[in-house]
Amino acid sequence: MANSTLTKQRSEARRSSVALKSAMAVTGAILVLFLIAHMYGNLNVFAGQETFDNYSHHLRELGEPMLPHEGFLWIMRVVLLAAILIHIYSAAVLTARARKARPVRYVKHKSVQQTYASRTMRWGGVIIALYVVFHILHLTTNTIAPGGKSDSPYERLVNGFAPEYWYVTLIYVAAVVLVGMHVRHGIWSACATLGLNREGRRRTINAIAIAIAAVITVGFLLPPFSVLLGLVG
Amino acid sequence: MTELYTEGAPIADTKAPDGPINERWDKRRFSAKLVNPANRRKLSVIIVGTGLAGASAAATMGEAGYQVKSFCYQDSPRRAHSIAAQGGINAAKNYRNDGDSIYRLFYDTVKGGDFRSRESNVYRLAQTSVEIIDQCVAQGVPFAREYGGLLDNRSFGGVQVSRTFYARGQTGQQLLIGAYQALERQIAAGTVEMNTRHEMLEIVLVDGRARGIIARDMVTGEIETHMADAVVLATGGYGNVFFLSTNAMGCNVTASWRAHRKGAYFGNPCYTQIHPTCIPVSGDYQSKLTLMSESLRNDGRIWVPKRTGDDRDPRQIPEDERDYYLERIYPSFGNLVPRDIASRAAKNVCDEGRGVGPGGLGVYLDFADAIKRMGRPAVEAKYGNLFDMYQRITGENPYEVPMRIYPAVHYTMGGLWVDYDLQSSIPGLFVTGEANFSDHGANRLGASALMQGLADGYFVLPNTINDYLAAGPFEKIDENHPAAKEAAESVRSRIDKLLSIDGERTVDSFHKELGHIMWEYCGMERNEEGLRKAIDKIRELRKEFWSNVKVLGSNDELNQALEKAGRVADFLELGELMCIDALHRRESCGGHFRSESQTEDGEALRHDDEFAYVAAWEFTGEGKPPVLHKEPLEYEYVEMKQRSYK
Amino acid sequence: MNITLRVWRQKGKADEGRMVTYKVEDVSPDMSFLEMLDVLNEKLTLAGEDPVAFDHDCREGICGACGVVINGVAHGPETTTTCQLHMRSFSDGDEITIEPWRAGAFPVVKDLVVDRGSFDRIIQAGGYISAPTGTAPDAHATPVPKADADRAFDAATCIGCGACVAACPNASGMLFTAAKVTHLGSLPQGQPEREARVIKMINQHDEEGFGGCTNIGECAAVCPKGIPLDTIAQLNRDLLGSLASSKAE
Repeated sequence: MANSTLTKQRSEARRSSVALKSAMAVTGAILVLFLIAHMYGNLNVFAGQETFDNYSHHLRELGEPMLPHEGFLWIMRVVLLAAILIHIYSAAVLTARARKARPVRYVKHKSVQQTYASRTMRWGGVIIALYVVFHILHLTTNTIAPGGKSDSPYERLVNGFAPEYWYVTLIYVAAVVLVGMHVRHGIWSACATLGLNREGRRRTINAIAIAIAAVITVGFLLPPFSVLLGLVG
Repeated sequence: MTELYTEGAPIADTKAPDGPINERWDKRRFSAKLVNPANRRKLSVIIVGTGLAGASAAATMGEAGYQVKSFCYQDSPRRAHSIAAQGGINAAKNYRNDGDSIYRLFYDTVKGGDFRSRESNVYRLAQTSVEIIDQCVAQGVPFAREYGGLLDNRSFGGVQVSRTFYARGQTGQQLLIGAYQALERQIAAGTVEMNTRHEMLEIVLVDGRARGIIARDMVTGEIETHMADAVVLATGGYGNVFFLSTNAMGCNVTASWRAHRKGAYFGNPCYTQIHPTCIPVSGDYQSKLTLMSESLRNDGRIWVPKRTGDDRDPRQIPEDERDYYLERIYPSFGNLVPRDIASRAAKNVCDEGRGVGPGGLGVYLDFADAIKRMGRPAVEAKYGNLFDMYQRITGENPYEVPMRIYPAVHYTMGGLWVDYDLQSSIPGLFVTGEANFSDHGANRLGASALMQGLADGYFVLPNTINDYLAAGPFEKIDENHPAAKEAAESVRSRIDKLLSIDGERTVDSFHKELGHIMWEYCGMERNEEGLRKAIDKIRELRKEFWSNVKVLGSNDELNQALEKAGRVADFLELGELMCIDALHRRESCGGHFRSESQTEDGEALRHDDEFAYVAAWEFTGEGKPPVLHKEPLEYEYVEMKQRSYK
Repeated sequence: MNITLRVWRQKGKADEGRMVTYKVEDVSPDMSFLEMLDVLNEKLTLAGEDPVAFDHDCREGICGACGVVINGVAHGPETTTTCQLHMRSFSDGDEITIEPWRAGAFPVVKDLVVDRGSFDRIIQAGGYISAPTGTAPDAHATPVPKADADRAFDAATCIGCGACVAACPNASGMLFTAAKVTHLGSLPQGQPEREARVIKMINQHDEEGFGGCTNIGECAAVCPKGIPLDTIAQLNRDLLGSLASSKAE
């Protein structure tokens, strides 16, 4: 009897807010790793068109002949898509629970601790998701092609961020800054959720979170700005 | 004086065993009837109050298998005022190897109580103290520990050994949370039914036995009848009769007083403890006084200027112009004399005009030497939270400027009279913790209130109440029994009356006035003339209350003014009894100091030949003089002598 | 000092509430915030108006009964309980907004009084060590390293006031729950029930309708007892460990 109670309680706890947050932490970590790899890829733009296009091409051949052509890429896409869906699903459930948890709002509310980054996690997340769709349509499928379509990823990049399409760059910059803030609070929060955060480590974890967020933000901003300023292209 | 009261037949504690003192508790436990586990399920017990004495009793009775119904006026049982106890809890563990023993704790407590407590009870308390610490540690109470992982101890006022276990300055909180968690565990297990925001307003007697209570649901105003086989009151002390005290705002005498009116004797109501280290009053708006733990006296030094009217900044007063009066008058105990002595000494120096701060009602408690000796970090580690609290309330920094302290009402040693089994003079009505009168005599030693509350709740009551319950289950009765209906009706009509007066004064204004009367005439020093005056004033005030109080709103809602009005009405009756008791006891003992009875150097002078008894008062009806029953006190083990802390 | 108050008035659980403005004159800076409300209530009573209901008891910062949101911050501008807040923290002419704790799990009973029974139920679910009276070994039977005892104590100082929930953007009760999990889990006596405790308490926490924690830290910033934020990480760690474990009760 007692055994079954705890077993039942345990399965209930798998749907608890802490479990959902852990799912967000793990999927978030996957996405951050992807972002770092993606950023590394982007920085190849400074090595010229050939290297950049080769890098892009090699991604499709990675793992061959063990894997079929584009095999690795598709595994990665599936994993990323799953991570994103789990991340968004958990966020949506938690947001709904939080809304329900405070049915009457404060007439006057002031935060004492909250950072801007932590406050913008939810809407920031939604905007990032929307941007990702645009980003894929733009640079992956090239369905949206400001400055003209091309089979060369390098050219797509250069065309898209050309000065006359400054608004594309603007959208991109806004999204990257949001991603940076999202990552900054996300890493801190994921560490806490996964129980890594202890009193003595608080500063270190915060510093790491800020450092990774800064690297990602700067790393992603370099290519488009270089195009904008005519350093690349 | 006979017009104020009459004297009835003496009473005796019929349950107290005889024989060697260290065998009495065993003997009683053996002679008390038992209830077998299967029968316990059929027996129900009401426990009112969820402080240390109530929560521990409810948890333990629930664990034993009784059906328990628990009540508290707060929104959660965890908020009972035991939580505010700061200093610690005594236990005769002798972990320090400093000569402590059960016998010494017993001796210190009897002596500290100025020979007005029962030897048998106090010995049992000392015996049980050891088990309390074990129990609390097992529950996860985070007592202070040393680097070796073993429990730390400190010393406390009135004793020369280190037997006080503590959890920083929050010992009461930690002990109460331990008891609260045990209680919540039983609530989850279904053995205890918890009723929060419920106030007991009447007791139901059937055939002379306590069989239930009438309680008001403080949210809906519903007047509920709860019946059981026995009733336990663990409702705390009545220090709020003084309006300003260290008690919580909600602490009240109503449960005890209602029981008293139904036949429970009230023991030694005049024994009040005035705690020496409280933050002084700052203005008329003051709603309560805050205690600074007595543990501060371990390292702080108490002084006033030698010269009257010396209003220099304390830091500017040179050492030789300061009077460390406790160290001067009581060289062997110094700043660690018992509370009653420290309080009166403070009053004396203030009466001489040497008091400090606004109105001259304060003395310095100075840590400059301690900071020099131990360093500021050590002082911070030991007393940091208390210093912070002081600074928050007064706006002054005690690391820089000496604290100002003044005595305040803190604890009431008096309470409902109980026998060795903790049963009152009403069969089936048991009283535990501060609500009873039994263990502290005329003065309580520091760190002994927590000890008594938990001893009663965890170990004494659960063993003694069996003897009564073994005769049950009693005849099944419900809320339609005429006695229950009548009790509920009396509660309703009293509430209706309070709501219908619609006079011109608020409840608080009456309470404050009563407090002033009590503090002036029945406070730290009492005399015949003053007490007589107080009785007249209280009677007048009571009359005015019932014709001029203003209580708004209705009964069927959360109505905090109505709650207060009921409590103040009872305080107005209790205050008179306290004055009568103080008047009749023409001696000084412990916290009761009659200016007519003092030694040449101003110490309390007892008259053991005349007053070595417990005064148990019987209620005879409104406006009628109460009847005094004397329970003689005999000392077989501790020789009665004048206390000396010099 | 003269102060203008905007106070949330709500007759009962089912009634609509609204903000009402009152003036309080001759406020002394040495008054506590609740004493200032006492003054207001005396005035209202004499004028025949219903006094403002608020929870309070010990008025020395330890019982956890009091607690209102003052100018948008739980317990007001100082990191302490409402009862220990003094009027010297405000200035003459200030307008002060006073609201109850707002959370679905803390329904308003009247005016500024809320029902925090949900906290008791979280404790009932597992916030204890099962040690029936009389079963205890000698207190020195198990030494506890001082660091563990201190950690347990720091978490155990929680007074259950609910400010953490009031301040949390998600109305989460995680700091309260984590404080108890950390208190009991840091002690050797708390180990046997450690896995089951955290699971049961979290389930109850969610069932009561508290939101989830997003590690923002508003809770610890307003906590009058300084319960450390990393207790929540400890709870998370314990919970994930328990979920991975297959140990039965």
